Amino acid sequence: MGWAAIRAYTILVYMFMFLPVVVVVLLSFNQNQFGSFPMTGVSLRWFEALWNNDAVMRAFRTSLVLGLLTALISTTLGVLASLALVRYAVPGKNLITTILIAPILVPEVVLAVALLLFLNWLGIGKSFALLLAGHVIFTLPFVILVVQARLVSIRRDVEEAALSLGASPIQTFFSITLPLLMPAVAAGALFAFTISFDDITGTLFWKPGGVETVPTQIFSMLRNSISPEINALGTVMIVITVGLPLLGAAIARQISIKRGM
Amino acid sequence: MSVEAREKRQPWILLSPALMAVTLLLLVPLAFIVVYSFWLRSAVGPDIQGFHPDNWQRALTDPFYRYILLNTLKIAAITTFFCALVGYPAAYFITRSSGNKLILLLLLMLPFWISYIIRTMSWINILGSSGALNTLLISTGITSSPIQMLYNEATVILGLVHFLLPFMVLNIYVSLDGIDTNLEDAATSLGATRWQAFLQVTLPLSLPGLAAGGLLCFVLGAGTYITPLILGGPRDAMFANLVFEAIITQLNWPMGSALSLLLLLVLGALVAIYNRFLGMSQLTKGLG
Repeated sequence: MGWAAIRAYTILVYMFMFLPVVVVVLLSFNQNQFGSFPMTGVSLRWFEALWNNDAVMRAFRTSLVLGLLTALISTTLGVLASLALVRYAVPGKNLITTILIAPILVPEVVLAVALLLFLNWLGIGKSFALLLAGHVIFTLPFVILVVQARLVSIRRDVEEAALSLGASPIQTFFSITLPLLMPAVAAGALFAFTISFDDITGTLFWKPGGVETVPTQIFSMLRNSISPEINALGTVMIVITVGLPLLGAAIARQISIKRGM
Repeated sequence: MSVEAREKRQPWILLSPALMAVTLLLLVPLAFIVVYSFWLRSAVGPDIQGFHPDNWQRALTDPFYRYILLNTLKIAAITTFFCALVGYPAAYFITRSSGNKLILLLLLMLPFWISYIIRTMSWINILGSSGALNTLLISTGITSSPIQMLYNEATVILGLVHFLLPFMVLNIYVSLDGIDTNLEDAATSLGATRWQAFLQVTLPLSLPGLAAGGLLCFVLGAGTYITPLILGGPRDAMFANLVFEAIITQLNWPMGSALSLLLLLVLGALVAIYNRFLGMSQLTKGLG
């Protein structure tokens, strides 16, 4: 088997990965009334329909708030824990790391059931609080893995220089460590937001009746039939979950170029 | 307080919020559903507490549950096999290509960022009765009426392979990228053909990555219930669908606890076997 064959095969693999996405985006601009092939023209009517669909807009707001809160809490917990693991000689580091990434070692369905039943027993039924708790716990391991990987590359001696020049540990953290840490914090937060915004497996267990996030809204719309509105919603989701990280990466790059790093 | 004592306490202060969250929101709830699985559902009023092995007995002996469990493992295994078959050559190409490897990898990982539900439902646009493929077949005159291609086991596997392939490629890539290409050159200079060099040098060295990717695909695939709901027919339920049914539809929470623990035990046993032979470090390498 030659290199050319491997290359051709790989191109097919890329096509396999992108074909469904391309079809969703194409169909969302379809003018055809039934939103199916063949496409009859380009139109924004499905995006307009989406904008006027109260259920979808509500789901959007819910997902946005949930994602932002999840990112905030998860990143805070994750950054603190990563700092401890990377910067200190903690006894039992391996065990602690295993415990902290346990939420991704347990199948999400099992995690969803356990959390639902336990919090319900404590008197916290299906609610926004339960959703938030669930999203925080299964995004936390991803944040910790991402932030840790970045933290390792930040040099310790800059902090030590600040300390030796008379800065207090707290001053050092806020004026030296945190600015250096910002790319890691941003990466962790973006990761948490995207995973939360995209989740359906746990969300279907935790959401109270009548509350929908964007993925569960799509899921319930699918029960009827696949309407072009779903494709338009899909396109919006793609822009948010792919566009945001790319934008974040671009901004981070601009900043680091300006700083001359 | 001495500086030394403070140094010792600091990491624990930093760790405690995260450790508390995992303990209260995962470890304690898991222990709780172990207890809950021995309770009984009552038709009226709250669940009956106590020690009743009935749920477990049913979960382990009911032929329907066993059938679904075996079917789930089968679907996960086929999915993993196809992920490896599709993913390995692609990962190999990315590692050895002369172009920008990072861009190529990032491009293949891009769908990973695209919503799981969107990627799953997009297959309806392609394979549905008014989808791209049927439209093409009809307009070229190959068939006169749309062919029913959706809602069977094959489409469930297709959806899962599409969902899980990036995990496989990333893990194989990490493994392949760490192999010194001089090794393969050495083998060929000693008389091996390129194919022999690949089979006897590169492939064995990349097995840890293949195993890590395979484990991820298998465990994630076996734990899904959304894909069979969207792309499967009524007979393509997987084990997580049973859990969902028990908890959400039948509100039989003790039974749901037993079923989800059974799933955890089966998949946990696989992870434990993997950990015994290969260790967890390979897995976190691929994720980080």
